[in-house]
Amino acid sequence: MTAPVIDIRGLVTRFGNHLVHEGLDLSIPAGEVMALVGGSGSGKTTLLRQVIGLMRPQRGDIRVLGQPLFSGDLQADRALRQRFGMLFQQGALFSALNVLENIAFPLRELRWLDRETIHDLVMIKLAMVELEPRHAWLMPAELSGGMVKRVALARALALEPELLLLDEPTAGLDPDRSAAFVSLIRRLRDQLGLSVVLVTHDLDTLSALATRVAVLGERRILAEGTLDHVMKQDHPFIRSFFGAARPAAGGR
Amino acid sequence: MGVPTVSFEMTGAQPAAVLAGEWTLAGLRGRLDALKRQLASADAARTVRWDLHALTRLDSLGAITLWRAWGDRLPDGLDADPRTLDMLRAAAVLGPCRPAPRARPRRGDSLVALGRLGGALVAQLLGMIALSGQILFDAVRMLRFPQDAPLRELSANLYKTGVTALPITALVGFLIGVVLSYLSALQLKTFGADVFIINILGIGIIRELGPVLVAVLVAGRSGSAMTAQLGVMRVTEEIDALVTMGVPATLRLVLPKVAALVAAMPLLVLWTSASALFGGMVAAAVQLDIGFGFFLDTLPRVVPIANLYIGFGKGLAFGLVIALVACHFGLTVRPNTESLSANTTRSVVSAITCVILVDAVFAIATRHIGMPT
Ligand SMILES: Nc1ncnc2c1ncn2[C@@H]1O[C@H](COP(=O)(O)OP(=O)(O)O)[C@@H](O)[C@H]1O
Ligand SMILES: [Mg+2]
Repeated sequence: MTAPVIDIRGLVTRFGNHLVHEGLDLSIPAGEVMALVGGSGSGKTTLLRQVIGLMRPQRGDIRVLGQPLFSGDLQADRALRQRFGMLFQQGALFSALNVLENIAFPLRELRWLDRETIHDLVMIKLAMVELEPRHAWLMPAELSGGMVKRVALARALALEPELLLLDEPTAGLDPDRSAAFVSLIRRLRDQLGLSVVLVTHDLDTLSALATRVAVLGERRILAEGTLDHVMKQDHPFIRSFFGAARPAAGGR
Repeated sequence: MGVPTVSFEMTGAQPAAVLAGEWTLAGLRGRLDALKRQLASADAARTVRWDLHALTRLDSLGAITLWRAWGDRLPDGLDADPRTLDMLRAAAVLGPCRPAPRARPRRGDSLVALGRLGGALVAQLLGMIALSGQILFDAVRMLRFPQDAPLRELSANLYKTGVTALPITALVGFLIGVVLSYLSALQLKTFGADVFIINILGIGIIRELGPVLVAVLVAGRSGSAMTAQLGVMRVTEEIDALVTMGVPATLRLVLPKVAALVAAMPLLVLWTSASALFGGMVAAAVQLDIGFGFFLDTLPRVVPIANLYIGFGKGLAFGLVIALVACHFGLTVRPNTESLSANTTRSVVSAITCVILVDAVFAIATRHIGMPT
């Protein structure tokens, strides 16, 4: 097995008196689709925010793609951040920019690509997320929920990341759209050879996408491994979370 | 890491090109132009076989570079593994030519621009009139259903636009009073017309300067806040949520703002004028030796009371104008951050401009009233 894309050791997170993570360890191997599940408020989003460096943990060590996030070297930190992409729960598109400019934004920030190349790249990314060229001129407010996610995904993929992080990618989509989005992510992952970390509540998404599952609870990782392995664990939360899916999933 | 390269073997019946290395965003950095030149060279044109097996990785940038170099098609003698081929086919969505960007209005056509500006102005005016009508409608409705009256919002707005504005308006008023008095005193002294400082300050501040000063301050303070608040509520669809719950947005959001400002402005005008007069009085005492007692005695004799009423009336009108303009621009924010910032600017600038216009109307309409004879 290759080196882990994310390696978390002894993570401690605290908001005031509220302890969210206490000595959390998690290692995510490359090339896997790791699903992070857990109850509401168990600190999944917080963990993701720490992995992408939006928050510094109180204690513990996080390495992404083999490097520490805050090395102190601005140039190196920036280069590292360009190697992973994040799909935020609400999309977080820039509302003042149209779809084309949103996807082009990270490419323009590189400052060495010319306009035509950027335009071509945006059009390819749009096609990758199954949107049409005419959608490029729409503003974020004119997009449907599913389209916002697709554009956000295209923007996250713009810099050809090795690691893709998805926060609740299918929350707020109807079952059809959600299934389509899942198969889109799956296709892109196979095509681009990405490692993926996703936070989800949805069992369908989980069983369709994830190759590994980590269960977050009681301020640490309760279980980690393949879906079958995790479902066999005997823990009240795991039993209730997978309870509904257990008979169905047992058959596959 | 493999540097992206292309090399040509121009021997034999089938001149071939061999591509190798990482044709990716990271790998092509700084080498893209050189590779593009190589791909456009005469050697490339004669190549009939393209061997891409040594290529370790290809991403979208590599794919479009090759696609464009090949004249927007895949060459016949292409030899690549399936993964690379997939990437190259993905570039085929680009088609032979780039889609034209959405047509922009032609620049330089000044007549059209002028017409458009006029149209926009008329549209804004119509919008403002419609909003006023809606507020009137809401007010009537509120009279019929008093339990719907947004009293809490009204009191909150009174506090925000009135009470919290007291310190800053007093300070600015005082300073302007001092400056005005000082500068006038320098002139009046040379003519020996010292006592006229009271006439000048009295009429100037109570009738004109006080109301306009407050209007400018309030437009910058409360007008912008109103626009920004309503604008953010539009962006986050909070207004839609309100309407869905059966709460009329104008009744709950706009009416209390307008009513509060109309009520607070005359009082602020009074307060600021008093503060400015006090500043003027202090400066006059220092500069011209005019005592506070004499100043206060003379003021009512040389400044007819009508001036105070005019100042009051201006306060009412300015408050109405500022609140209407602010709410109008707040409600017409389009759901993006750029529009929010543009409309906040527009709101303040238009409010101040409208206030000056209304002030001019006041000046003409009241030209026979309140002047000392
Ligand atoms: N910025 C913050 N300040 C204080 N508490 C926070 C903050 N962000 C998250 N929390 C708390 O941390 C816990 C974990 O939150 P979160 O990571 O959002 O959970 P979830 O697993 O549902 O994504 C929650 O109890 C939440 O109240
Ligand atoms: Mg969350």
